[in-house]
Amino acid sequence: MNATQGALGNSPEVWPRTCVLYRRIALLFALAWAALAAESPFFITYTHQMEEPGNLEIAIRNATAKPAAGGRFYGVTTELEYGATAWWTTEFYLDGAAVRNDSMLFTGYRWENRFRMLPREHWINPVLYLEFENVNGADKSLLEVVGHDGVEDLAGANDIERREKKRELEAKLILSSNVRGWTISENFIAEKNVRHEPFEFGYAVGVARPLALAARGERCNICPENFQAGVELYGGLGTYNAFGLRQTSHYVAPSLAWTGTQGVTLKVSPGFGLNDQSAGFVLRFGVSYEISQFDRLWRKR
Amino acid sequence: MNRFCALPLCLCVALCAGPALARGNFKRPLQQATRAEAERSNPYEGQPPAARAGQKLYQRECAGCHGSAAQGARRGPALASPALAQAPPGAIFQVLRNGSLRAGMPSFSHLPEAQRWQIVAYLKSLR
Repeated sequence: MNATQGALGNSPEVWPRTCVLYRRIALLFALAWAALAAESPFFITYTHQMEEPGNLEIAIRNATAKPAAGGRFYGVTTELEYGATAWWTTEFYLDGAAVRNDSMLFTGYRWENRFRMLPREHWINPVLYLEFENVNGADKSLLEVVGHDGVEDLAGANDIERREKKRELEAKLILSSNVRGWTISENFIAEKNVRHEPFEFGYAVGVARPLALAARGERCNICPENFQAGVELYGGLGTYNAFGLRQTSHYVAPSLAWTGTQGVTLKVSPGFGLNDQSAGFVLRFGVSYEISQFDRLWRKR
Repeated sequence: MNRFCALPLCLCVALCAGPALARGNFKRPLQQATRAEAERSNPYEGQPPAARAGQKLYQRECAGCHGSAAQGARRGPALASPALAQAPPGAIFQVLRNGSLRAGMPSFSHLPEAQRWQIVAYLKSLR
């Protein structure tokens, strides 16, 4: 057993420790230099919006659901997104999962890169996404749904599920457009376990729009232009050997994001399973904070 | 091919392809616009409330690189400049839309058109 992936505590200890973690993150936010950028409300679907060069975004994304055959789980992902150049954004994720009346554990890490392929804006803007992930079977971050992923994958006990190692390469073709204030994006996903397993496929489609297209002159937090509303549809498309919709799970998820004047973005998205393979209801919520010109902070030293 | 080489290989290809594609964007940012694009007029021209909204958006989206007073910074040039004052509003709008990947500026097409024109109104109000 990998020591870092061991259980960190039983359920009575899980939630207070989570509170301490969040307090520390809040302190980090308070000390950092904020930047504000309009955030897409999506949790799953990527757009062609890249991180500004030198900026670092720290985000926490959570997903919680109660599978019929298991306890309520809480998947948490800490995300560090850095704009390496205007056409290359790189992200590092740390994943964890807690299951009520079970345990909380670190489930692994991911490293992803997004490359903007065309220098100018077009009707459809392609972005290439490449990711390596090293997580275990107890991971419940639900950052994508591929292959025959289903609700039974979310219902197992942590002790058993964490024995499964998933070292996977993932590629996405992101096709995204901005039309009259609407953001429309389609993601096509191909994932391959580096062991002898077939390619798995998935998709994510999202549409979003700010509540107001023009900004107000005065500084305000609760302005319509600070809100973005959207809806996502995502699911699996089977594997190389069994491509199609059979025994795949699919979700539809309205989403709302709010960006305040202090650099914090809050997002929430209730997701609804569309078939028996899907969890009935998945609630996602997240907070992110962007540090402007982060590279300048460490280059001074 | 060793499957463990696949990701590094893909990364190398993308890292090489990105700058190569970005190099296609060889013109200076304000010269990228076609004549028709440059001739577009700003619907918010001469509207002080729009310039104030643009200032707010500028502080949110642009000040990190170009400085809070548009004076320029390590990563972005000064925008309170004669070149920008003389540039057609449509050309500035196109820079916001397309970015300039070679110069290190990302696209701001995720902002609605109205907000990009408000930023242009603010930039044109700078002296």
